[in-house]
Amino acid sequence: MSEAIKNIVKCEGMSLTFETADGPVFALADIDLQIDHGEFVSFIGPSGCGKTTLLRAIADLEKSTGGSITVHGLSPEQARLNREYGYVFQASALYPWRTIEKNVALPLEIMGLSKEEQKKRIAKNLALVDLLGFEKKYPWQLSGGMQQRVSIARALCLEPELLLMDEPFGALDEIVRDHLNEQLLRLWRKTDKTVVFVTHSIPEAVFLSTKIVVMSPRPGRIIDIIDCGFPDDRTLDIRETPEFIEVAHRVREGLRAGHSYDD
Amino acid sequence: MTTSAPPIAAPGIVNRMMAGNVGPVVVISLLIIVVWYVGAVYLNSPWQIDKFDRAKTDWTMGNLIEETLKQDRPILPAPHQILIEMNETIFGKNITSKRSLVYHTWVTLSSTLLGFAIGTLLGGLLAVGIVHVATLEKSLMPWVISSQTIPILAIAPMIIVVLGAIGLKGLIPKAIISTYLCFFPVTIGMVKGLRSPNILQMDLIRTYSANNWQAFWMLRFPSSVPFLFASLKVAIAASLVGAIVGEMPTGAQAGLGARLLAGSYYGQTIQIWSALLTAAFVAGMLVALIGFIEKITLKRMGMQP
Repeated sequence: MSEAIKNIVKCEGMSLTFETADGPVFALADIDLQIDHGEFVSFIGPSGCGKTTLLRAIADLEKSTGGSITVHGLSPEQARLNREYGYVFQASALYPWRTIEKNVALPLEIMGLSKEEQKKRIAKNLALVDLLGFEKKYPWQLSGGMQQRVSIARALCLEPELLLMDEPFGALDEIVRDHLNEQLLRLWRKTDKTVVFVTHSIPEAVFLSTKIVVMSPRPGRIIDIIDCGFPDDRTLDIRETPEFIEVAHRVREGLRAGHSYDD
Repeated sequence: MTTSAPPIAAPGIVNRMMAGNVGPVVVISLLIIVVWYVGAVYLNSPWQIDKFDRAKTDWTMGNLIEETLKQDRPILPAPHQILIEMNETIFGKNITSKRSLVYHTWVTLSSTLLGFAIGTLLGGLLAVGIVHVATLEKSLMPWVISSQTIPILAIAPMIIVVLGAIGLKGLIPKAIISTYLCFFPVTIGMVKGLRSPNILQMDLIRTYSANNWQAFWMLRFPSSVPFLFASLKVAIAASLVGAIVGEMPTGAQAGLGARLLAGSYYGQTIQIWSALLTAAFVAGMLVALIGFIEKITLKRMGMQP
């Protein structure tokens, strides 16, 4: 990889304002952020802090209105057209009329890959999320956690270098969530992806991330960026260690400082 | 175990029948038949009493009821008179005969199906246009809606006359009246159906930089299928109505509409009611057929049962 695109995502003075009938809403203001290859970066903050909007701007699902933003050195739109990223939504967004393998095949069909290549990638990525044997099932026959794993496999089978995840486990119960966090961590190490992850759970962010971006609302902005490098082979037990608790404390302090309790 | 629980009473035959579809339908049908007979006696008796009086015959209630149920041209024919007429004209006649109800039904059914096919295609195309082109929604939608505010009885003769002037006669003009009635529910249903994918599903396909064509076939169209079938059930019944109405101004040559018109010319109420019941039966069968295809299609699409 050339040095020039070592920055997978780069924002400089980026802002995003929604024009509404009640006047402008400053969703994001003055965002400076750099995400390097292989990082696992979490955006954390209270509702309305713009963390999802920032992720959507990277994905070209929203357009920034000021400053600059590049993805793989390209404009977000060009990056989207090149299919440079895989996106995992808050809900699985599986198409109910497609079987699991057909759902995973969706992006591959759109790309126009050969049947053999599709088959190969489906098998590989369903194995990664531990769902071999469910190819012929329909989404409603799977639990919520399994559905979300399918949607991760679907994002991975584009073979993107960048994986964007918008509160992917937010709707799941705590046990399932813990389990998926461990799985995701292993998957990230194994696949050498860059992950950008939106969450409002402090333990989830601290457990998964190499870098935590703490955000605050009105206007949506970054108030702290915390590096946290726990060993690669960590398990959930690490959440009991003093080091973990210390980082979690710093995140919480950051959130508290940026939070206004007027409302 | 000390004492066994009292056995739950086995459901009686009445309870079991009423639990399914058969029981309620039978009960309502019986009720309708009873009301129908009472109505027939009541409506047909003034003419019968008049007839008795003029013939200066003594009559009893028994005579009256008996005679009111076998008049040639009753105001309201009794159900058995209609069934006898239907039996004669459906099973008792060669199906190519002009007196066969099967022949007339086929004439109506063929224009119903042709009109339904054209109407579904037209309705679907309009919906696709409206969903994809913002200006089409503004320019077409008012026309689509106002087209349905004109009574079909008023516009049907105009369509027949105009098309007759350019040499189109017979099947096509009737089918076009069916089309006129049945494209509407398809357009309305499909516009809603093609817009039914949720934001996540739409965003998802956008992240794959799918083109409009792919988004249509992979997302919008499959999402619209349940809406399509709901519309088709309305459309096929409307299409039959259109075909019958279309047969009336053609000079009553053939079809169920022609039977209705000829019956009313000559006061043949039994013939009218036979045609009406046949039309209702055909409509019911058509809707049931669509329902059956719907069930199979949705099952094949893996929809949750």
